[in-house]
Amino acid sequence: MNYRMIAKSIGTVLCIEAACMLPSLLVAFICREATTVPFIVSMLITAVAGLALLSIKSPISRLYSRDGFAIVALGWIHISVFGALPFILCGSIPSVIDAFFESVSGFSTTGASILENVEALPKSILFWRSFTHWMGGMGVLILMIAILPSVNASTINIMKAESPGPSPGKIVPKISETAKILYTIYIVLTVIQVVLLLAGGMPLFDALIHAFGTASTGGFSSKNTSVAAYGSVYIETVITIFMFLCGVNFTLYYMVSKRNFKTLLRDEELRFYIGIVFTAIILIVLNTGGTVYRTIGESIRYAAFQVSSVITTTGYSTADFSIWPTFSQVILILLMFIGASAGSTGGGLKCIRILLLAKIIKREIAKINHPSAVQTVKINGRIVDEETLSGIMAFFFFWMLIFALSVLIVSLEGKGLITSTTAVIATLNNIGPGLGSVGPMGNFADLSVLSKLVLSVCMIVGRLEIYPIMLLFTPSFWKRGNI
Amino acid sequence: MKIIIIGDGKLGYNLAENLSKENNDVTIIDKNPEALKKAGEYLDVMCIKGNGLSTQILLEAGIKEADLLIAATASDETNMVCCLTAKKLGAAHTIARIRDPQYADELDKLKADLDLDMVINPEQAVASEIARLIEFPPALNIETFSKGQVVMMEMKVTPDMSIVNMSLNNISKWTNAGILIGGVLRDGSVVIPNGDFVIKRNDTIYIVGQPSKVVQFCKRIGIHVQRIKNVMVMGGGRIAYYLAKYLDEMDIRVKIIEIKRERCIELTELLPKALIVCGDGTDESLLHSENLTSMGAFVSVTDKDEENIIAALMAKQNGVQKVIAKINRANYTIAINNMGINSVVIPKLITANHILRYVRGLQNAMGDPVDALYRIMDGRVEAIEFTANEHTKFLDIPLKDLKIVKDILVASIVRKNEIIIPHGSDVIKADDKVILIAKDKKLTGLNDIVELGV
Repeated sequence: MNYRMIAKSIGTVLCIEAACMLPSLLVAFICREATTVPFIVSMLITAVAGLALLSIKSPISRLYSRDGFAIVALGWIHISVFGALPFILCGSIPSVIDAFFESVSGFSTTGASILENVEALPKSILFWRSFTHWMGGMGVLILMIAILPSVNASTINIMKAESPGPSPGKIVPKISETAKILYTIYIVLTVIQVVLLLAGGMPLFDALIHAFGTASTGGFSSKNTSVAAYGSVYIETVITIFMFLCGVNFTLYYMVSKRNFKTLLRDEELRFYIGIVFTAIILIVLNTGGTVYRTIGESIRYAAFQVSSVITTTGYSTADFSIWPTFSQVILILLMFIGASAGSTGGGLKCIRILLLAKIIKREIAKINHPSAVQTVKINGRIVDEETLSGIMAFFFFWMLIFALSVLIVSLEGKGLITSTTAVIATLNNIGPGLGSVGPMGNFADLSVLSKLVLSVCMIVGRLEIYPIMLLFTPSFWKRGNI
Repeated sequence: MKIIIIGDGKLGYNLAENLSKENNDVTIIDKNPEALKKAGEYLDVMCIKGNGLSTQILLEAGIKEADLLIAATASDETNMVCCLTAKKLGAAHTIARIRDPQYADELDKLKADLDLDMVINPEQAVASEIARLIEFPPALNIETFSKGQVVMMEMKVTPDMSIVNMSLNNISKWTNAGILIGGVLRDGSVVIPNGDFVIKRNDTIYIVGQPSKVVQFCKRIGIHVQRIKNVMVMGGGRIAYYLAKYLDEMDIRVKIIEIKRERCIELTELLPKALIVCGDGTDESLLHSENLTSMGAFVSVTDKDEENIIAALMAKQNGVQKVIAKINRANYTIAINNMGINSVVIPKLITANHILRYVRGLQNAMGDPVDALYRIMDGRVEAIEFTANEHTKFLDIPLKDLKIVKDILVASIVRKNEIIIPHGSDVIKADDKVILIAKDKKLTGLNDIVELGV
C-alpha cells in the first residue's frame, strides 16, 4: 500500500474542492449574503488541509489497483466531510450529522435532503448544494486526472475505481485525454441545458441549479416542490429530455461527435435502456390515465418525467407519485434498482448489468436443453469473459445484501415498511425521494442519527459501486505489508 | 503521434511502454486478452482485443488518423498483410517485423511491394550487435555513431585498473588518449560526470571516442586487447546463422554447436565455411573436446535463457576471455550482472531501440533528424546524434559561453573526418555531427541542449 501517494492524492482532491467553492463564494458576494465569511473560512480550512497532505513527499508514484480503490474511497469520504463545512459554518444546517448527510447526498448525486424548507436558505448555500452534485456526477478524481498535468499510467486504477459500470475503459489511448473528453461532454450537456431553460423563462440562478441537478442526475432543487413549482410544460420537457440524455453512456456521445453512428445504433445497452424507459412510460400511462389524471396528455407528461427522473436516478418530481396506483409505484421501484447506463452520471445497478444477468439466465435455461453446447454471453457481438460475468453476479448479490442489511438497521426506527425500504432504495441507488414519509413531498429530516449515518454510507457505497468502501472495512487493508 | 501496435508480445509491450512514455497516443491490438491485461493495467495505452488483420478492428483503432503502425505479431506473413491493409486504410507509416531468413534476401523488394517504411529483423539486429562486441573485445556493449567514426563503449572498472581512484581530469592528463567518459553507473545510480568526478572500482563507465583512441586508452589502463580469431556459438538458430555470416566477413572462424541433427545438416548447406557440431552445448565434455579453452569468444544464443546463462558461465570458468549470452527476459539482467558474463544481449531491447530511433526521427521531421539514438543504463540515459544545420541557434559560439542544460553532455563533434572531443573553446559548426549524452531527457533537436531564453 502506497500510503504517502494516497495521502497526496487526497490532498490534491481537497485543493480542487477548495477551488470549487469559489463559484458559491461569488454567489454569496453578488447577492450580498452573510455567508461570504463562512465560505471563505471553509475554503481556507479545506485548502490548508489539502496543502498539508499535498506536501507529503512520496518516493514511489506507482499506484496499484488497491491504491486506486483506497484513494477513491478515502477521497470521497474526505470531500464529503469538508463539503459539509459551508452548511455548518453558515448555520444553515447546524447539526453535524445532518450537514454530512446533505453533503454526501450532494456528492453522490442522490438528492435526498434533510431540509424541510429549502426556499428559506441563502442562495450561495443552495448553489453549493447543487455544485456538489455537479462535481460528484462525473467524479472529482476524474476531474483531478483531467486537469493535472502529471498523470502516469497507473492512474487508470483510480479511474476504474471511480467510474460506474462493470468494466470502465478508456475512450482514447491517454487517460488524461479520456478524462478531458468526458468532462467536455459533461460541460457541453450542462451549458446547452442552461440555455434551453433560460429560453423557457427560468431565472439564471434556477436554471444553473436545475442544470447541475440534471446533468449529474442528482436532483437537488431550489424549490420546495421541486420542478413542479414552475408548472411549465416546456421546462418539464427540457428537463425530461436531459435527464434521459445524461443516463446514456457518455462514450456514445464521443462516438457521435466522431460521426460513428453505427456504434450508437447497435449499442445493446442503449437499446435496452430506451426499451425500458418507453415500456415503463406506457404502462404507467395506461395505469394512471383516466384515474389519477383526467387526460392521457396529462398522464404522459407526468409519467415521462417521473420515469426519466427515476431510471436515471435523478429524483426530481413534478407529481406526488405516492398517490399513484400501487402498480405504477412498483414499476418506479423496479426502475430505481435498474438505474442508468454504465459510463453515465446515473446510479443504480446499471442497465448493462441487468442485461447481462438476463443473458446469463437465458444461458442457464438453454443449458438444460443442450447440456453439452458451448455457449458464450455476448454484448455488441463481443464475448464477455466469464470473469466479468461472475463479477457481475457477485456484485448483484453484494448489492442486495447491503440493501437488506441497511433496511434491517433503518427499520429499527419503526417508520413502517414502505418508508424504511424505499429510504434505503432511494439512497443506495442515488435517487433521492422514496415513498411514504421520504416521498417526493417529504424529506429525511425525521430520521434518527443512526439511520442518517447508515443512509449516508449507502449513498457513497452506491455511487462508488460498493468495492472501494468495502475495502476500508477489511482489516488486512490497514495492515502494513499485508498479504 | 498516433501509433498502433499489433501484437502485444515481448517486443510489442516494450515498444508500447517506451512510446507511451514519450507522450504518444498508443493503441495495442492483440487477440489474446491475457496479454492485453498487463498492458491495460500498467501502461497508459488503449487496448483492443481482436485480429489486427481485420479491417473493422483497424478502423476501430483509428487507423485513418494513425501516423504509424507497427506490426509485431509472431508471424511474418500476418505482419506483412497488416501493414499492407493499414497503408490502404490510410496509415501514414508502417513498420513490419520480418524475421524469416528466407525473406531476408528479398527484403528490399518486399519493402517496395508492400510499401513498408521500415522492416526490422530482430535476429539480424542481434547478430550484428554481437558481431560488433566480438570485433571489440573489451566492451560490455558498444554503439557506433557517424558510420563507425565514433564509438561508445561500456566497460566495467576492475580493481586492477590504474584509473581507480583517479578523477576524470587526471585520467585525461595521464592517458592523453583523446577520449571522454560520458556516463557512470555506480550502485544503480546514474551520473553524468564532470572533470572532478573520481572513478571507483566496480563502476560501469561509458567511453566515447574514435575506435583507435578507445583501443589505445584500453591498452594504457592495462587491458589486453587481442583480436579474436575464433568463436564458438552455442545454438544454431537464426541469430547464429546471421552471426556466422557477419563473422565470416570479418575473417573470424566460427564453430556452431547445435543439438538437432536436421538443423545441423541445414546449416552446413547455409554456412559452408562454418564448422557445425551436433551435440548438447551444456555438456562440458563436448565443449572441451571442441577446444573451448582455446576459443577467443563464446556466444550462447539458444532459445532457452537458463541454458544460455549456464553455458556462458561454464565458458567463463574455462577461461574464455569474451563471453556473450542472449537473454529474452530483461528482468534477468539484474540478477546475472555480477556473475562474470561479459555481455548480455536482449533482442527485444535492441529491436525496440531500432524502432524508437525511427519514431523519434519521424517526430523530428520538422526539427533536426536523429542520426543515431541509443538508450543505455536501463533506458535512463540516451546517447543521441544530431546533425547541426542552419536552424541550430548556437553555431560558432564556444561551448563555455553556452548555458547547457544540466545532465546533458556534448560528447563528441564529428566535422567531416575530424573527431573532436569538445572542450570549452570548441564550437559547433553547420553540418557537424554532434553526439550528446543526456540523462532523464527526451531531446528532439540540438536546440534543446541550451537553456531557454539564452
